Amino acid sequence: MSTALRPDLAAIAAMIRPGARVLDVGCGDGALLEHLKTKNVDGRGIEISQANVNACVARGLAVVQGDADTDLVDYPAKVFDAVILSQTIQATEKPRAVLEHLLRIGQRTAISLPNFGYWKVRASLLMGGRMPRTRTLDYSWWETPNIHLCTLADFVDLTRECGATMVEAYALNNNGTTARITPDRLTHGYLGPNLFAQGGVFLLKKS
Amino acid sequence: MTEAPRFLRPVTQPANAGMAVTFETPLPLDCGRSLAPFTVAYMTYGALNAARTNAVLICHALTMDQFVASDNPMTGKPGWWTDMVGPGKPIDTDRFFVICANVIGGCMGSTGPAEIDPATGKPFGTTFPLVTIRDMVRAQKKLVEHLGIEKLLAVIGGSMGGMQALQWAASYPDCVRAVVPIACAARHSAQNIAFHEVGRQAIMADPDWKGGEYQLHGTKPSKGLAVARMAAHITYVSEMALQRKFGRALQNREALSFQFAPDFQIESYLHHQGASFVDRFDANSYLYITRAMDYFDLAEEHGGQLSDVFRLNSARFCIIAFTSDWLFPPVENKRIAHALNAVAAQVSFVEIKSDKGHDAFLLDEPEMFATVRGFLNHAATDLSSGSGA
Repeated sequence: MSTALRPDLAAIAAMIRPGARVLDVGCGDGALLEHLKTKNVDGRGIEISQANVNACVARGLAVVQGDADTDLVDYPAKVFDAVILSQTIQATEKPRAVLEHLLRIGQRTAISLPNFGYWKVRASLLMGGRMPRTRTLDYSWWETPNIHLCTLADFVDLTRECGATMVEAYALNNNGTTARITPDRLTHGYLGPNLFAQGGVFLLKKS
Repeated sequence: MTEAPRFLRPVTQPANAGMAVTFETPLPLDCGRSLAPFTVAYMTYGALNAARTNAVLICHALTMDQFVASDNPMTGKPGWWTDMVGPGKPIDTDRFFVICANVIGGCMGSTGPAEIDPATGKPFGTTFPLVTIRDMVRAQKKLVEHLGIEKLLAVIGGSMGGMQALQWAASYPDCVRAVVPIACAARHSAQNIAFHEVGRQAIMADPDWKGGEYQLHGTKPSKGLAVARMAAHITYVSEMALQRKFGRALQNREALSFQFAPDFQIESYLHHQGASFVDRFDANSYLYITRAMDYFDLAEEHGGQLSDVFRLNSARFCIIAFTSDWLFPPVENKRIAHALNAVAAQVSFVEIKSDKGHDAFLLDEPEMFATVRGFLNHAATDLSSGSGA
């Protein structure tokens, strides 16, 4: 159980204050929720896979089998201090609706996502002429669950359209490190994290 | 005072008959009447620990009884949940003190319509007061107190047993640490009520029902009760399971008979279900218990807001549904999970893929076993490590 957290999860974990009430949407096997227990976090999860839900229940985690696309509507506003969505928004049917629900349900929303603007992805499509396959996006186009990929700049645009304020932003680097960035560095100019970061981690709020 | 339970029919295995306790203090009922004295027949498995913290109450479904993990002394058949309950099983009797009681209104030793009314010296019949799920749970609470248990580790049940588990959390939130409602709902739907009404009308239309006084007339509304059971049984299985098991296969014949005798295997299967049921179940009990389920609407007593039922509830919940259950479909189970989520209660919800329909909770469903085992294990561990709610 003491295996190191995925870098984006570690970045998210650092955003959660001790004792907070947290909803992890797409919590997988519960690794992050388990880790957050060390911070006395009162954690809940939503997970689509039955095997993962069972793993969570056996760990003593409170996890509801469900689908972010259809189930978030049933959660009342601002019950949670923080809502987490890690590496999942690109696999939802309606990313904007999901994001709006997250902003409604949580005081804060922590999101990590892969960056389709990452130079290796761009290069792969440009040079290879095929849909890119990278370490984080390792699927053939015809079987990928990632149906709504975007670049970090695209995502920042969406958060603005949804009226969210960005509290913190981090670039996820290829070597597993994270670096704090300003959102403007993503949306202005051609260089910067939108080209060099493999993914991003964001903490949002909407009052 | 604890004694041996009295059963309506002779017991073939008296050694397995379990226990019964009779309370002289009246049991107040939702209908406004009360029941005194009243008897609760029950079974226990495993041992209560010194701290009295390892008690698990199992609540049975409509036609089940307290013989959850041991042979039924009347039918001689194995307990109805032996895959789930026993030494080393998900509800491990080596670890937990398991209690299962016959519901009041039932016919396996707890006070019900077939018992003698002390006021008249005659069987209650339809003069027995209408009982509700909440009344059943009230009686169980008396039993649990009688056994010296202040707080149950868990209340677990499927179908009507799940309703009771939910009612426990609602009525006695401080007396239960973990709740596992399986294949159930927070209210009976119009369709649920409709099927029950068909069953009740079948019983009451049987001339041998005699206005509910069949015991006095020495008759039994077996035909009506059998039809009720046949109709209900269809609702317990999925269309897919019926098709897989029977299809259009013929029973003991090569060709259609062009008569009304059962041609199809599914017909003779249902006949068998009906016939074996009337041997073990009381018709009036069937009327009363189906009514109790119809009346169940947990939110009603809280102004229609289901989440208000669970406000400030410190118990942890694990709700289990089956994909092919059309009697208590996953969406109804999930409503409970959402209500619990709305008040930030500790809830898990598992939707198990199965084509076996509602009855899946009684069958070999490894995912269900794994879920219950893991959940219960953790509830017990948290308790002993002192971090329990």
